[in-house]
Amino acid sequence: MAPLFRRRANSLAVVILVGILALLMAISVFAYVVYRSPYQTDVGYAPAQPVPFSHQHHVGGLGLDCRYCHSGAETSDVAGLPPTLTCMTCHSQEWLNAEMLSPVRQSLANRTPLRWTRVHDLPDYTYFSHRAHVNNGVGCESCHGRVDRMPMTFQAKPLTMQWCLDCHRNPSPHLRPPEKITAMGYSPRRDGIAGERLIKRYRIHPDTLLECATCHR
Amino acid sequence: MLVAAPKPLLATLLALGLAACDQPRMEDQAKYETYEAAPGWPNDQAAREPVAGTVARDASLAPVPETLPMPLTAELLERGQARYDIFCSPCHARTGTGDGMVVQRGLPAPPSLHDERLRQAPLRHFYAVISDGFGVMYAYRDRVPPEDRWAIAAYIRALQLARHARLDDVPDDERPQLTGDRRAEQTP
Repeated sequence: MAPLFRRRANSLAVVILVGILALLMAISVFAYVVYRSPYQTDVGYAPAQPVPFSHQHHVGGLGLDCRYCHSGAETSDVAGLPPTLTCMTCHSQEWLNAEMLSPVRQSLANRTPLRWTRVHDLPDYTYFSHRAHVNNGVGCESCHGRVDRMPMTFQAKPLTMQWCLDCHRNPSPHLRPPEKITAMGYSPRRDGIAGERLIKRYRIHPDTLLECATCHR
Repeated sequence: MLVAAPKPLLATLLALGLAACDQPRMEDQAKYETYEAAPGWPNDQAAREPVAGTVARDASLAPVPETLPMPLTAELLERGQARYDIFCSPCHARTGTGDGMVVQRGLPAPPSLHDERLRQAPLRHFYAVISDGFGVMYAYRDRVPPEDRWAIAAYIRALQLARHARLDDVPDDERPQLTGDRRAEQTP
């Protein structure tokens, strides 16, 4: 009677066992990569907007400060989207016949706000305050990236909880002095004041940054 | 084995399992966030405009003072400089000469803040212009709160004075920074 298992069954058993293990690992790694990829986090998401507003032109080209339009960033939870009047401060004089800007003029004439599509949308179970960050040394660029190089606004950072915690666990390397909050291309490590000194200056208590209720309330 | 379980238990388990299927997404809860669309409201907007004539709880109803209502401090001037650089410099330029970046791109040039007329103008004038606009300049009352308007007015005056400052106006110990005279630093 032939043996139930041939000799090669030995190696086959090893291959199958290792294969199952490898497959499980591959699935986990693949799932993790997908979970952290732009497919899941929306990094690079640049929705079409009623007006193709270019931060590159207004920030990089003209050198407007973020707060010229987002004037609520220092005093409010939301940075604030500028009302049509803010656009018209200049565009009542400039680019008067540009077809691109016709929705802005329509908005002013009809007293109906422009409908922008939100780019940075946090889940409803998180509480985020611009005021709390901007007044405590976190620059616009840290979360929004180099908007001065964005012809169309896109999401530059993953906005995952892990990404938030990277900074909340160790804020000092990311902090800027108050006059550099809106600066673009500023590197806290290269041109900055040591983070330890800024932590003291802003009176930041790192312990409180890790409490659940700091962000989930 | 599962088949052996009593049918009512199986049905309950299945029903419970189904109940978990239609969870509303927690990312988007049944509440309006700022700027969220709210169909049925005016402009389909969750953010509401205050009723006409609404006065903020902390707004001052006193008439606008004739001159700076707060003490003139270095902090006030620094605040004024920061706000001036944000809101005024695009047109008036950081120096106040009126050839800011937006003017270089075609906006009608404002008068230089160093004009004799504006050097003589009271601070109240700058406060009023920031609040209500002037010529092609839009009103900035929505963007610049009253205290900041005074801070900017004070900083404009500092800019005007600085333009006509002489070396004698600079304190003795600061002078070497301007003249580059290293020897002066050594002088006791």
